[in-house]
Amino acid sequence: MTDFVSYVIDGLPFGCVYALVAIGLVLTYKTAGVFNLALAVQSFLSAAVYYDLKARHDWPIVPALFVAVFVVGPVVGFILDRFLFRYLRSAPPVARLVCSLGLLVAGPEIVILWFGRTGSVNPPAITTNPDRQYHFLDYVVSQRELAIIVTTLLAVGGLMLLFRYSAIGLQMRAVVESPRMTELSGINADRVGSFAWMLSSVFAGLAGVLVAPLYVNVASQNFLFLLIAAVAAAAFGRLSSLPLTLLGGLLLGAAQGLLAAYLPSGSVLANGLRPGLPFAALFLLLLFWPGLRQRRETVDPLSGVDPPPPAPVATERSRALTIATRVFALVAIGVGSFFVFFQLDSYWLLIVTQGVVYATIFLSITVITGMGGQLSLCQATFAGVGGFTTAQLVDRYSDMPVLLTIVIGALLAAVVGGLLAIPALRLGGIYMSLATLAFAFMFNAVLVPLDWVSGGFVPLRVPRPVVGPVDFASDKAFLMLCIVVLAAVSVLVIFVRKGTTGRYLAALRASEPAAASIGINPARARVTALALSAGIAGLGGGMLVTLHGRANTVFFEPLFGLFFVVIVVTLGARSVQGAITAGLAFMLFPEFLDAVGLSASYQFIFFGLGALTFARHPEGIIEFQTRKSLTFIQGLLDRRKGPPATSAPGSPSPPGGDGAAGTRQEEPVR
Amino acid sequence: MSLLDAEEITKRFAGISALDRVSLTVERGELVGLIGPNGAGKTTFFNCLLGMLRPEGGRVVFDGVDITRLPVYKRARLGFGRTFQRVELFTGTSVRDHLLVAERSRRGDGALWKDLLNMGGPTAEELARSEETLELLGLADFADKPVESLSLGRSRLLEVGRALMTDAKLLLLDEPSSGLDRRETASLAETLRQVQQDRGTAVLLVEHDVEMVQSFCARTYVLDFGVLIASGPTTEVMSDATVRSAYLGDVV
Repeated sequence: MTDFVSYVIDGLPFGCVYALVAIGLVLTYKTAGVFNLALAVQSFLSAAVYYDLKARHDWPIVPALFVAVFVVGPVVGFILDRFLFRYLRSAPPVARLVCSLGLLVAGPEIVILWFGRTGSVNPPAITTNPDRQYHFLDYVVSQRELAIIVTTLLAVGGLMLLFRYSAIGLQMRAVVESPRMTELSGINADRVGSFAWMLSSVFAGLAGVLVAPLYVNVASQNFLFLLIAAVAAAAFGRLSSLPLTLLGGLLLGAAQGLLAAYLPSGSVLANGLRPGLPFAALFLLLLFWPGLRQRRETVDPLSGVDPPPPAPVATERSRALTIATRVFALVAIGVGSFFVFFQLDSYWLLIVTQGVVYATIFLSITVITGMGGQLSLCQATFAGVGGFTTAQLVDRYSDMPVLLTIVIGALLAAVVGGLLAIPALRLGGIYMSLATLAFAFMFNAVLVPLDWVSGGFVPLRVPRPVVGPVDFASDKAFLMLCIVVLAAVSVLVIFVRKGTTGRYLAALRASEPAAASIGINPARARVTALALSAGIAGLGGGMLVTLHGRANTVFFEPLFGLFFVVIVVTLGARSVQGAITAGLAFMLFPEFLDAVGLSASYQFIFFGLGALTFARHPEGIIEFQTRKSLTFIQGLLDRRKGPPATSAPGSPSPPGGDGAAGTRQEEPVR
Repeated sequence: MSLLDAEEITKRFAGISALDRVSLTVERGELVGLIGPNGAGKTTFFNCLLGMLRPEGGRVVFDGVDITRLPVYKRARLGFGRTFQRVELFTGTSVRDHLLVAERSRRGDGALWKDLLNMGGPTAEELARSEETLELLGLADFADKPVESLSLGRSRLLEVGRALMTDAKLLLLDEPSSGLDRRETASLAETLRQVQQDRGTAVLLVEHDVEMVQSFCARTYVLDFGVLIASGPTTEVMSDATVRSAYLGDVV
């Protein structure tokens, strides 16, 4: 019994910091409707600032803590609200999630530019003598742990008092109900929102500073782990209850302490399960926790009063222009291929081949995000299912054709995707994204280390395929094969988009109630979309391991899953060209950065911040620019033919724009 | 047997009774109105019929099938068509696409493998059927226009057309006149009458606009504070004293 309690106590400090970040998540989710994945970055930043001031500049504890948590935290929170998320209020939930995902990808690299990637060992605690031990009955607690527990209880207690007894607390509770209703009663909801963001950021910063000394150094991946554990705690609190969220964090910490002590340390599964616990907990909570079932997105009761968002400009393009762009594309592909096949050395050939393979994987995001309007964060994991299956099959049955194993891998990935979709889609909205996130990390922590998945420490070898007389061992031949596969998948994606599934998904994306009202089964359409998407990713994963000749676990790390989404969404999730551009950019952009003397990590910053444009241009940069230039060319063509007889019936004019200007001019006369 | 038979629907929100044992029937091909002042429970009743809300008591029988517990899309497949008060169109597609996707949903033969073999596009038969509906609604000139360019009145018609493509036996119209001026309302009512003659579709019209109900519905139900206060032939209902007091307030 004594042991049991002391193991629980060991886990509590972690539980406390999980709870702090989870409360930060709940604060912005409830008041602003933003599930802020970037909290991991905010924690990281505060921890880095504290380290810098305390360890590198020898500041005393109190001012360093004050600046790191109570200056940096609120400032970051304010900036995020004021310059980004405030403008996304009417954006769909997925768009808001994409923005915070972009920040999650870009943020750590930005912090590292200043803070450095290494050299931050032994992060300082927030007390003078952290290793001093205190004895309570039979239990021993260090000052470091005690400080974390006490600080957390103070912070949470203070927050509850704030909510209960202060004016701003009451206003925040009102904004949770309905921001617009609150504004109608004379309260500046924007100000309340900013306050919530700043408060949330303080909690994240505090957690960052507290958790840092529990690790060897201040490294960004610790904070990502912290974030996902916090998401699990917040899910336990149904993303709304603060006491339950606190309890969820503490339970998770305690469970971690117990698991660390009682699981036999010999087996690979146990070793994987220990760090994987928060991911598994999040995944299971999302699937089985009753409070989360059938939850709709929080909807403002007055939202119906808003005018509908302006419709995208509808353009009609002349046939000649469409043909001209297609011819141009064909010529560009022809010239490009000539260049690739006859001019490039083997290094660049590999780069381009990888780009083509990644483009195939990225087409899976075109299906699920572009067509299905859902955000899946585990596409790299689906690719992994395909890749590992290929490697395992080739390893065990050496006479099995490699291409067949790739196809089997793709089918297995599709099955996994479909099975994951069935429970996840019942949750819908951001929960589906969170479930895929949890799945990605869980798969990586628990399953990937196993022998029958990745082959253990030494990556499995995969030979290049031989089809009849053709041996794809040469790099040029294999590139040819990759291009054929990419082309085939592209064509399939276009067929699906034109076909029933694509049209159902387009209908669902635009209006789920209307789609259901004509008999479309939303769940079925979306399960189909995720299974198809996972299958495509699995196919790409199989090609990837075949290209490299081995199934490295690094290829399929969950972080790549996040980055894949960010890069595709930035460049264009709606179109096949978008995915192909993203695939090539994923490989060529680091080379470009290298050529201009920048580190490759800038790619995360560029595309991460690029994803912030998603809310305004969900079609992506490529599609947006293409449409803009084509509309421009069309305009030139029209002008040469003479002025159009009538303006288009739906040509958008700013509502009341002219009238408002007129009124303003009249006013001085009065 | 009636086409739609809603029996004693009861719905409470946090103890407040929004609907108290409301019963309503619609016969095949009949035009029925449901009116009531603001907050009477019209929309709640509508949502209970459609499956957007689950009533605490009562049952909904449609064409002999108990549909009280069916999800929205299954009711649609049985022949429930609807329009929305705030128009819900599939932005980014054309007018014709709306009808085609509804037609495909009615046929229910959209397997993924057909898409993968490029057999998922609209068939000649589907195109012909959508053309018929476009003609009926007078939308033929707009067939290839993006829906964003339609006026509100035509958008409402398109919603009707989309519901008709699913072979709806009953059209539930949610305040179709809201946002339309008198002329547009009259022309909408005229088109709906034609649809009813042409296809024999029954219509349940939830309306604010008493004039439209008078000109359109043979029979009318009146809701007030979640209770049915009158029902019968429209002319009789409109002259009923309780109805007048519910709408105009009691004259003391």
